[in-house]
Amino acid sequence: MDRRTFFKAAAAGGLAAANLPFLRNIAHAQGRQQAVIVTGGSINSLDIHRTGTNRPSYQVAVNVYDRLVSFGVDQREDGSYTFDYSKVVPELAESWESAEDGKSITFRLRPDATFWDGTKVTAEDVRWSFERALALGGFPKSQMGAGGFVDPAQFVAVDEATFRVDLKEPSKLSLPDLGVPVAIVINSKLALENATDADPWASDYLHRTPAGGGAFKVERWDPGQQIVYARNENWTCGPVPAMERVIVREVPSLATRRALIERGDVTLSFDIPNKDAKDLKNSASVKVVGSPIANCIHTLCPNLTFEPFKDKRVRQALAWALPYQQLFDQAAYGLGVPLWGGDSTTPQDISWPQPFPYKTDLDKARALLAETDYAKGFDVPLSFSLDFADWGEPAAALIQDSLRQIGINVTLEKIPGANWRTIALVEKRLPLLLENFGGWLDTPDYYFYFAYLKGNLFNASNYDNPEMQKLVDATLPMPVDAPDYAPNVRRMIAIAIDDLSRIPLWQPTLNSAMAENLDGYEFWFHRQIDARPLKFKA
Amino acid sequence: MSRISLVAGRIALSLPTIFGVIVISFLLTRALPGDPAAYFAGPTATPESIAEIRHSLGLDRSLPVQFLAYLQDLATGDLGRSISTGQSVLSDLLTRLPASLELTFLALLISLLVAIPAGILAATRPDGIVDQATRFLVTAGVSLPTFFTGLLLLFIFYFKLGWAPSPLGRLDILYLPPPQLTGFYLVDSLLAGDFETFRAALAQLALPAITLALFTMAPIARMTRAAMIAALGSEYIRTARAAGLSRRKVLFVYALRNALLPVVTTLGMVFSFALGANVLVEKVFAWPGIGSYAVDALISSDYAAVQGFVLTMALLFVTLNLLIDILYTLLDPRIAHES
Repeated sequence: MDRRTFFKAAAAGGLAAANLPFLRNIAHAQGRQQAVIVTGGSINSLDIHRTGTNRPSYQVAVNVYDRLVSFGVDQREDGSYTFDYSKVVPELAESWESAEDGKSITFRLRPDATFWDGTKVTAEDVRWSFERALALGGFPKSQMGAGGFVDPAQFVAVDEATFRVDLKEPSKLSLPDLGVPVAIVINSKLALENATDADPWASDYLHRTPAGGGAFKVERWDPGQQIVYARNENWTCGPVPAMERVIVREVPSLATRRALIERGDVTLSFDIPNKDAKDLKNSASVKVVGSPIANCIHTLCPNLTFEPFKDKRVRQALAWALPYQQLFDQAAYGLGVPLWGGDSTTPQDISWPQPFPYKTDLDKARALLAETDYAKGFDVPLSFSLDFADWGEPAAALIQDSLRQIGINVTLEKIPGANWRTIALVEKRLPLLLENFGGWLDTPDYYFYFAYLKGNLFNASNYDNPEMQKLVDATLPMPVDAPDYAPNVRRMIAIAIDDLSRIPLWQPTLNSAMAENLDGYEFWFHRQIDARPLKFKA
Repeated sequence: MSRISLVAGRIALSLPTIFGVIVISFLLTRALPGDPAAYFAGPTATPESIAEIRHSLGLDRSLPVQFLAYLQDLATGDLGRSISTGQSVLSDLLTRLPASLELTFLALLISLLVAIPAGILAATRPDGIVDQATRFLVTAGVSLPTFFTGLLLLFIFYFKLGWAPSPLGRLDILYLPPPQLTGFYLVDSLLAGDFETFRAALAQLALPAITLALFTMAPIARMTRAAMIAALGSEYIRTARAAGLSRRKVLFVYALRNALLPVVTTLGMVFSFALGANVLVEKVFAWPGIGSYAVDALISSDYAAVQGFVLTMALLFVTLNLLIDILYTLLDPRIAHES
C-alpha cells in the first residue's frame, strides 16, 4: 500500500473527499468513525509501570489494556456521564467473590478473553502483571499499596481462569484499586519473549510496544506529536468501540486548541481551561462538558510549622478573610462546586467534599486575630506551582489583597512545576500554599489519609492530630456500610472544619469541548480520555 | 591551500569551545533547582520510591562519576535517554532538529527574498515610498512578539478565512511523513516523487515560516539598506558611474557585492536568534521542533535532554560560523590573501 494513501484507504473504499489535500471537517466526514482529539499533554511512554511515565500517558493504559474490574457509569443531571465509584463492574473478570473472612478475593476470568495476538488471557498473565507493578517500583507500587497489595506472594494464579488476591487485612479499597489505570493485565508470554537478563520485566519493549488485549491497539505513536488508536474488533471485555480509529494529537498552545475545536476540525478538545469552557458554553457548534473532579479540592494550606499558624485562631481568621465568591468567579470562572458558606460546624452527612461553614467576614477575621499574639498582623509568603498557574495566579492575587485588609502582608512566590513536589509536598517547608490534591479512590477517608495524616504526601501543612490518625487508621479498611463508618467520617470532617489545616476554596471541574454530534464522553477519576465509549450521534 | 588551512585552523579552534560547552551544560543542568527523581515519581510516591527512581536514573552517584559516565557515553555517540519523552535523546534530536531547521531555513529564505530587494530599493531611493513601506513592515515585524504574529495569522488565515490547513504540526492527519532521508519533509517528499505530500507539508509550513520570516526580516532589510547606502556613496561607485557603466552593473556588481559582506554576518546572527524565536512559533503551531523540546526538558529537569540540546546547538553554531567564514573568503578575496 502506498504510504500516502494509508489513512485514505483506511477510510473504507477511499472517500472522494479524502483526495483533497486539505480536507475540512475530517472528524465528521460521512460514514467515517474516526475521532480526532487534541490535548496539551505529551505521552512519554506506552507503559504505565515504567519509571518516569507521566500522567498524560495513563490514557494508553486506559484505552489499550484491560483491568480485572472497572466502575459503573452514571448519567448526571445535565446529561453528561461520569464514573460511579460505588459500582464495581466486570471488565476482564467475569465475576468475583470475597472470602468469608474478607482476606481474599477470587476472580473468574472471562472464558472468551484473548490478547491481540489471539492467545487466551490466563490467571498467570494477571499475576505476572501485578507482580510487575510492584517490582518496577515508583508510582505503580504505591498505588497498588493503597489497595493493600504490597507483596507478590499475595497474587495467586489458582488455575488458568481463576485468580486470587490474598489480603493481609480486609479493606474496602482492595477491589476498587484493581480498577485504577495501573492495575493493567499484560500479555506476559509476549512480554517475556522480549525480556532480557538486564530487563526482566520487558520495560524497553513495552515502553514502545503495548502487549495487551484491550479495546484499542496502538497503530502508531510519534512521541511529542500524536498517538493513533485503532479499535480491536475482537474485544470481549465490553462493547466493541464505535470509533474505528482515534487520533490524539498534542497541541501545546491553548489558543490553537481552541481555534481547532471552534472551526470543527477536531472532534474533542480534552481538558480545556475554565475560561474557554465558560466562553464556549454558548457556542452553537461546540458542546462543553464539565464534571466536578471527584474527591478533589483546591485548598489554601497554612503550614503548622510556621509560627503564627500554630494558633488555630489564626488559621480560622484566614478562613474568614478569604474572598470566596471572588475566587470562584475570577480564578475558577464560576465553574466548580463552592465549598464555603456551609450551615454548621458539625457535618450533617458524609458527602465529600462538602462546604465548610466559613464565609467572607473581615470583622470576624480581625476579631479572631486580635485575640492572638498576631493582632498587628505578620508577613507570610504564599506559594503556588506554575503547573496550576491558570487558577493559582489569580487566586493568590485575590487572597493577597484580602489578607492585607486584616493586616497579614502576603508576598507571592511562583514555583516551577519540577520543584514543587520536593519543596511543597516532600519537604513541606512552604508557610502558606495553594494545593489541589484529588484522590483516585473516591471515599472521604482516602482523602483524609493522604492529606491529613502526619508525614503523608499531601499533608503539606504538617498537620498532626492523634485523634485524626486513629480515626483514619480505623476507617480506611472499613466497608462503607459498617456501623462506625459514617460517624467516623463525620468526626473527621468536624475536626477538619475546626482545625483548618486545609482551607477549601472550591471543588474544581474537568472541562472538555467537543463537536455537537459527539456522544458518550465520560468523566473518569483518572482524568484521562477514555475513547472506548465515544461515538457519533446517528 | 590557504583556504584549507584556514578551515582546518577554525575547526581546531572550535574543539576547546565544544569541550567547554559540554562541561558547562553538565554543571548547569545539575545546578538547576528541582529534583527529576521526585518529579517523575508521580503524585503518590513515597520516599523509598523516589530513592528507587533516583538510583535507576544514576543520580545517586557523585558528580565527577556522573560526568565521566556522561563523557564515556558521548564518546560512543550515546546522548542518554530523555526521561520526559521516554526516547533516546539522539533519536529525539534527529526527528526534531530537522523540523526546526526546515522551518528556520524556509523562514530565512522568505525573509531574504523580501528583505534584500526591499533593502536595495530603499537604498536607491532613501525616504522614498519603498523605503517608508519597508521601514513600516520591518518595524512591525520585529516589534510584535512572534507568538502574537503567529496567533494573528492563524486567526485570519485559518480561523476566519479557512485558507490555511489545521495547525496540527508538520502534516495534516491525512498524510504520513515521507521516508526519512534528510528529515526535511519538503526535500524528502520531493526525493520520493510525492508531490501531494510536498504540497501538504508546504501548506503546514507556510504560516509558521511567514511568522518567523516577519520577525527576521528587520535586521536583514536594515543592514542591506545601510550597507548599500554606504557602498553607493563610496568612491569606487562614483568612479564606476563616471566610467559610464550601466546603472544595473553599478548597482548589482559593484555596490551589492561589497554590501553583501555585512549582510552575511547579520544573516548568521539572525539564524541563531531565529532558532531561539522558534520556541514560541512551535508552541502556537504544534510544531514538533527542538525549541519546545528544550523548554519542556528544562521545566522537567530532564538532564540528558538539556545537555543533548545544548551540545547540538553548540555544534550547529560552530558549523554555522565556519560556513560564514568560508562564505566570507568567497565574497571577499582580501581575506584569503591576507591569511
